[in-house]
Amino acid sequence: MKILVTALAAAALALPAAAVEYGTLDPAKSSLAFTSKQMGVPVDGKFNKFKVALSFDPAAVQKASAGFELEIASIDTGSKEANDEVVGKDWFNAKQFPTAVFKSTSVKALGGNRFEVTGPLTIKGRTQNVTAPFTYKADGANGVFEGAFTIKRLQFGIGEGPWGDTSTVADDVQIKFRLVAAARK
Amino acid sequence: MTTTPTQYTRTAIALHWLIALLIFIAFPVGLYMVDLPLSPQKLKIISWHKWAGITVLALVLVRILWRATHRPPALPDSMSRIEKLAAQGAHHLLYLLMIAVPMAGWLMSSAKGFPVVWFGVLPLPDLIGKSESLAEFFEQAHEILAWLMALIVVVHAAAAVKHHFAARDGVLARMLPRLK
Repeated sequence: MKILVTALAAAALALPAAAVEYGTLDPAKSSLAFTSKQMGVPVDGKFNKFKVALSFDPAAVQKASAGFELEIASIDTGSKEANDEVVGKDWFNAKQFPTAVFKSTSVKALGGNRFEVTGPLTIKGRTQNVTAPFTYKADGANGVFEGAFTIKRLQFGIGEGPWGDTSTVADDVQIKFRLVAAARK
Repeated sequence: MTTTPTQYTRTAIALHWLIALLIFIAFPVGLYMVDLPLSPQKLKIISWHKWAGITVLALVLVRILWRATHRPPALPDSMSRIEKLAAQGAHHLLYLLMIAVPMAGWLMSSAKGFPVVWFGVLPLPDLIGKSESLAEFFEQAHEILAWLMALIVVVHAAAAVKHHFAARDGVLARMLPRLK
């Protein structure tokens, strides 16, 4: 009897884990945006091309993983002049470092629909560990992951030389992501 | 109460010269900054230019309030009807442009997705959404109207000089009491 209850409980716990696992990204519904502050003015930008390898089962969070690769040249800062500028050597040096990558090392549940992902983020050949809180909600067959975190651009050498002046362009840059992924069948 | 004053009040004079000073700085700075290559310096100068422009807009609104509540000194009788009409027309046009030029700049900032934060502290609301075509439209409007304002300012200043040195009718002293 005792064994049966334990087995049932284990099965009940295991059941949702096998129920849904998200994987394939819907690029049209997903976005990767950032907000920088220039002279105290918040300016929004985004990256148009990025690949995400995602594996997320809300019932087995500790097994979840996320990998990011974004194309620096797909940046849209809101103006052509700035787009031409930021791929240059002082900023992202997109020729030498065409992509930025993130690979999760741990995902943990924070309670409710809130989670936290940690891992190394590499931009312009420099790596920093980042932690990003995010929320998850199911939307039909899709999982929607939304989160934001702040990086210090100078730690990655983004905006060197005269652009290192943080009174003009602030060091803090907020990154916002919204990923819509389909359940894996 | 109904007597017409012979010179502007200190408030009106202060507002006039403060706005004049800001326009004298913002206009050439605006012409200079647009052709600069992108740099932190350019971002700073653009912000300063915007702060000056919004300050002009705010001060002009105070001035219009002053005009609405005070009677300006009368123009001398030695002026012809046409001259008086021309003076009034130029003044009205200047008021209009002192509103239109910064407004066009504000609209341009909104359309470019680079909102105005007055003195880096007070964020002004975006008047319109981000739009490349509207940004271009208001950029042109801002430039053309600014040049038109510069032209009227030159006429305005030339008329003041003519009043002082040719007509000697004390018109300039109404706004510059030290000349009396």
